[in-house]
Amino acid sequence: MSILEIVIITIIKILFILTAMLLTVSYSVYFERKISAWAQNRLGPNRVGWQGILQPFADVFKLLLKEDIVPERANKYVHAIAPMIALFVAFTTYAVIPIGPDINVFGYEIQLVVADINMGILYVLALTSLGVYAITFAGWSSGSKYSLLGGIRSSAQMISYEISMGFSIGGVLLLAESLRPIDIVNSQAGWMWNAFIQPIGFITFVVSAFAETNRLPFDLPEAEPELVGGFHTEYSSMKFAAFFLAEYANMIIASALIVTLYLGGWHVPYIETLSLPAWLITVIQITSFFVKMGALLFFFIWIRWSIPRFRYDQLMNLGWKVMFPLSLINIVWVAALIMIFKI
Amino acid sequence: MTQINNSLKKRKKDLTFWQRIYIPEIIKGLSLTMKNMLRPKFTMEYPEEKFIPPASYRGRPVLVMERSGDERCVACGLCSRVCPALAIEVQAAETEREKERYPEKFEINMLRCIFCGLCEEVCPEEAIVMSKDYELAFTNRDDAIYGKDKLLVPVDQLQDRIEFLRKYK
Repeated sequence: MSILEIVIITIIKILFILTAMLLTVSYSVYFERKISAWAQNRLGPNRVGWQGILQPFADVFKLLLKEDIVPERANKYVHAIAPMIALFVAFTTYAVIPIGPDINVFGYEIQLVVADINMGILYVLALTSLGVYAITFAGWSSGSKYSLLGGIRSSAQMISYEISMGFSIGGVLLLAESLRPIDIVNSQAGWMWNAFIQPIGFITFVVSAFAETNRLPFDLPEAEPELVGGFHTEYSSMKFAAFFLAEYANMIIASALIVTLYLGGWHVPYIETLSLPAWLITVIQITSFFVKMGALLFFFIWIRWSIPRFRYDQLMNLGWKVMFPLSLINIVWVAALIMIFKI
Repeated sequence: MTQINNSLKKRKKDLTFWQRIYIPEIIKGLSLTMKNMLRPKFTMEYPEEKFIPPASYRGRPVLVMERSGDERCVACGLCSRVCPALAIEVQAAETEREKERYPEKFEINMLRCIFCGLCEEVCPEEAIVMSKDYELAFTNRDDAIYGKDKLLVPVDQLQDRIEFLRKYK
């Protein structure tokens, strides 16, 4: 393949991923509202289009028309940069997550991942930790006490959960013997999903993912009742929309990451034994990836409307005294498995 | 301080092992919300589907219009006297009919009305009653002053409320 071909293919991939991301983000907002309504025996948005299907576009349009207010005491540059960092982190992370096996289109061998880099997981970890800067900057630059509290809480929360997140990924890496997302997915072919092999690591990772994405029950940086929105109290218009978008994009990334690391990526058990044509298997595998992701997104929303927020000290207790030791135990468990069974 | 510690310790002891692990409790909570998601919804889709209130509902106050087309009101002015929000204005006049008096002008300012129902309670003739009408929207203040044209409602439409009043008043 010539350089030009590679560039064109990559651009097409990026465009595809970006549109898919933006659509999923807007519709996860829609489903968030719908599911919250159902959980409270309500109907949810149903006025714009059939069953409110155009609601997300109406929301975005409304936000575009809003006045962009910057508080007088804010640090204007940092105030403007913070939502950009949030969006940048949210969208670039997706580059390394594979959505399906290699496919053959018009004679080109195409990998269904934007950037197949050999330390992809490290890249994801690095970028998601950058995300905390967006929140801290936003909180600090707003010049408001609530925002500052939100920002500080966010950084404290990140530090305590990033560690258990890193250690639970450690278990996965021990099994896959690689940092490449594609290798990690391939190491889970069949029923060898990491969620079954290392359930403790799976649980700690999911909980840390909730904390990383600032979703309830760990949404202390936002905490509407106590901090009136936390770090984004002083944001309006598209800057607010950027944070909103980033939050949901983070949710999508977190679920994609959970699928890649623990739920076997695009693998469907025993699909090879059905003797289906090759293209159908590929289609099923790609769909299975999105189905798993969708189920996880539903789980994220479901949890939000079921479990109340943790108190700050409970959060710290959970992070340092429970999650951290559990993720260490998980590493020992995986190491023992490898030693005994020589997987 | 020691007291607080003791109470905390006691609370921790009260939890069973499975509650301390917390995950079964989360699953319990999740199943509860899932059950609720599948339950029928309570929402009433308003403009298409309207709420029909029971007889005890206090909507907009109206004047009872007899089948002959005359108002029942004898313009005694008690309602206007009792109205705590001073929303009612009555001007009496004489008539040739049996009851001798009728309101020449009867106005209720719906911006002032607080829907307390005192006018209905005080009325000796059952001439002013609270209706089931709750859709009150105006675009300017003058429209909010309801005259006799808007207030008079045929007695047949108010039977529900009049029966309710006879039972419980």
